[in-house]
Amino acid sequence: MTSTIIKAITMPKWGLTMKEGLVGDWLIEEGDTIDSGMEVVDVETDKITSAVEVADSGTLRRTVAVPGETLPVGAMLGVIAEAEVSDEELDAFIQEFQENFVPEEADEADSGPKTETAQIGELKINFLRQGSAEKTAVLLHGFGGDLNNWLFNHMALIENRTVIAIDLPGHGSSSKTVGDGSFAFMANTIQQLMKELDVSKADWVGHSMGGAIALQLAQSHPTLVRSLTLIGSAGLGAEINADYLRGFTQSESRRELKPHVQQLFKDPSLVTRQLVDDLLKFKRIDGVQACLQTITDCFIDEGHQGENLRNVLEAQDIPALVIWGAEDQIIPANHASDLPSQDNVHILEDGGHMVQMESATEVNKLITDFWKD
Amino acid sequence: MAREITIKEAIREALDQEMQRDPTVILMGEDIVGGTGSPGEDDAWGGAMGVYKGLFGKYGNRLLDTPLSESAFIGAAIGAATCGMRPVAELMFIDFLGVCFDQIYNQAAKFRYMFGGKAETPVVIRTMYGAGISAASQHSQTLTPIFTHIPGLKVVCPSTPYDAKGLMIQSIRDNDPVIFCEHKNTYDLVGDVPEESYTIPFAEANILREGDDVTIVTYGLMVHRAVEAAKQLAKDGIECEVIDLRTLSPIDMETVIESVENTGKLVVVDEANPRCSIASDISATVAQQAFKALKAPIEMVTSPHTPVPFSPDLEKFYIPSTEKIIASVQKTLSY
Repeated sequence: MTSTIIKAITMPKWGLTMKEGLVGDWLIEEGDTIDSGMEVVDVETDKITSAVEVADSGTLRRTVAVPGETLPVGAMLGVIAEAEVSDEELDAFIQEFQENFVPEEADEADSGPKTETAQIGELKINFLRQGSAEKTAVLLHGFGGDLNNWLFNHMALIENRTVIAIDLPGHGSSSKTVGDGSFAFMANTIQQLMKELDVSKADWVGHSMGGAIALQLAQSHPTLVRSLTLIGSAGLGAEINADYLRGFTQSESRRELKPHVQQLFKDPSLVTRQLVDDLLKFKRIDGVQACLQTITDCFIDEGHQGENLRNVLEAQDIPALVIWGAEDQIIPANHASDLPSQDNVHILEDGGHMVQMESATEVNKLITDFWKD
Repeated sequence: MAREITIKEAIREALDQEMQRDPTVILMGEDIVGGTGSPGEDDAWGGAMGVYKGLFGKYGNRLLDTPLSESAFIGAAIGAATCGMRPVAELMFIDFLGVCFDQIYNQAAKFRYMFGGKAETPVVIRTMYGAGISAASQHSQTLTPIFTHIPGLKVVCPSTPYDAKGLMIQSIRDNDPVIFCEHKNTYDLVGDVPEESYTIPFAEANILREGDDVTIVTYGLMVHRAVEAAKQLAKDGIECEVIDLRTLSPIDMETVIESVENTGKLVVVDEANPRCSIASDISATVAQQAFKALKAPIEMVTSPHTPVPFSPDLEKFYIPSTEKIIASVQKTLSY
């Protein structure tokens, strides 16, 4: 049968808690040709709005989801097929899909991916491991973030790597202890975690502070590092928006926090009430405030980044990919200049500091291509 | 990390974690262990609703079963609070406030003021309010407005497990008397709650749904009916902003006013009797501070001004329902 070349575009699951999404505008029309990785339709969740990208190539033959309707994760949004597939075959495919589709019930949510924890000395470290490839990659979020910062990237990267996203110490669901708050403390903890997980070498992807931690790791434990992907990374220059760090750390209410968080994105409208509420929930956990303050005190020296790890890239022969959002308001994109391998430096026009969320498709493609080399 | 637990479990976890953290936290109340002289955990009921189940085995005599004398043990808890303890006392039903109210409104609420700021009374009084289980007129009232009338008292009324835990921890750590009101029909509601300790500041309302058409303000159990009403109205394209006050004293009027300035329409839902209630208080404040924003008369959805009936059918009619909230929203829209 030809059904093997008919593919459904379905409602994605962004993050562990997403159950449904509100369908927004279609970005392409029926009959348009689709390349793998193309964004086809906007979807809004209670946390964030983004575009659904497809892994398959072909022609968009049907748009099934209507803008304005709310559909569960896994529901059919549209159908991709080659032009020679007949309408009857498409109808049969859609009918069969809809008849067999069972949305994930709230009480079946346990069937989805689950985070794991490892005990590293005094610390409990929470992480999410997806994929089953032989090689491992590790994702390190930035200051105040957590493993959900990779919700648009994690699944897109698992084809050739087992991908582990970590909640750094003091963040997410990991212990709210950060030692002296240094990159070295973070790197040591992660190195022990890798030992625990039996990972001897990995491709490291670090965003912002996570980038500086990856650089630190390359310096202190070079054998652990196969490659570095640094996104809006700290540790490559002096300038940083210290007001943001201070504001994020000290804000106690939604009203105070929101304008600071909006600086993370090129498009401030991406910062929903739910996103701010989730950050507040994190900040209100016992110990978090002290952790953030300790990290900031260690990280920032008189309004500038205290530690420059640029020499790690210069001194060591580690393949590095550097990605920056041109509109980054936290760490300026010009920190990407004059790095050893300019071939692998990419400044993305449509991104702010959270470029891996705002330009997820491009970032995912850059990383997967980089790993192929 | 977060997992789903009930409001009952969330309150128990808050008490447990605070007792672990702070040795001055003690629990007092009728049957909270399960009868003085209970041989141990197996026989301990953990209070009328089982909220304290498991704590006696862990903390022993830091849980005090008290005689059936609210005046005595609420007074004792308040006294202990002024002397350095952080007691959480349970007034089993809010309806029993009459027999211990002097201790609360004339003593606890006044100490800080009358002793020139030198006395602190970090007591929490947990109490169960609300109708819905046919417990008749003396065990079903929503007397929250009686407490909000008294300066010097803080009044908390959570609607979700997340809020229950965070607000209970905040209440225990607060240095003033807090009346913590729990609706008896909310104990088994489930929701995501972090395992770690956390706090939620007082006077911070929670916006559960955003909308531009009508603002619905409420608290406690009624939050869930308001959200249900908003969901049904959304099917007809009517978008309600649902505000859960979470704390009634202090109260976050800023969030309410801001929302009404956007929608121009307000429906206040309160399970209490209508006169001098949270509903009338909010209505008056909005009428005074956001008069120019209002595009329709404020609607109040409350119980009628009668005692709570025992008859299940009458009781069902008595409590503000989703249908009544929907009707009131539609009334403001058709003005």
